[in-house]
Amino acid sequence: MDSLPSGLSNTQKDELMDQVKQQIAVANAQELLTKMTEKCFKKCISKPGTSLDNSEQKCIAMCMDRYMDSWNLVSRTYGVRIQKERNRMS
Amino acid sequence: MTDFGDSFAPPPPQGKDDKELQEFLFVEKQKAQFNAQIHEFNDFCWDKCVEKPGSKLDSKTETCLTNCVDRFIDVSLLITNRFAQLLQKSGGV
Repeated sequence: MDSLPSGLSNTQKDELMDQVKQQIAVANAQELLTKMTEKCFKKCISKPGTSLDNSEQKCIAMCMDRYMDSWNLVSRTYGVRIQKERNRMS
Repeated sequence: MTDFGDSFAPPPPQGKDDKELQEFLFVEKQKAQFNAQIHEFNDFCWDKCVEKPGSKLDSKTETCLTNCVDRFIDVSLLITNRFAQLLQKSGGV
């Protein structure tokens, strides 16, 4: 990693950290949005018609909720596993 | 991808001024990598495990998802170890 500009004041440092955190959060949300759109389109729109009908919209809403459930479950499982692997190695 | 070893080593010591920022960036990078990995797992485990999205994830789907993550990591570790063995046997690096 390149060395960081030195001589930042504390406020500047805090601002920088906030910015980094925010940018990461935005990138994360974008990734989730892209994936969710792709996955739920695949699941819910089998034959694209002239408009999104009611059942398709309901399916999309449900799919979004389930995708986030799944994301959270995967996150928990991965976290537990990492903890286990770390304990095994130390 | 799943790099359980080095990525958990503490950051190398730097100038005192940058230390706080370095540590902050190190932690944020870890978190970002963790998140990226979850996106990837969820991407293909969703395809493997979820049929028609219902009003909630049923227990069969939940089991499938947790197994999917754990078995993927197993495979990743297995392949990494075996690959290292193959390299050693062939006198490679």
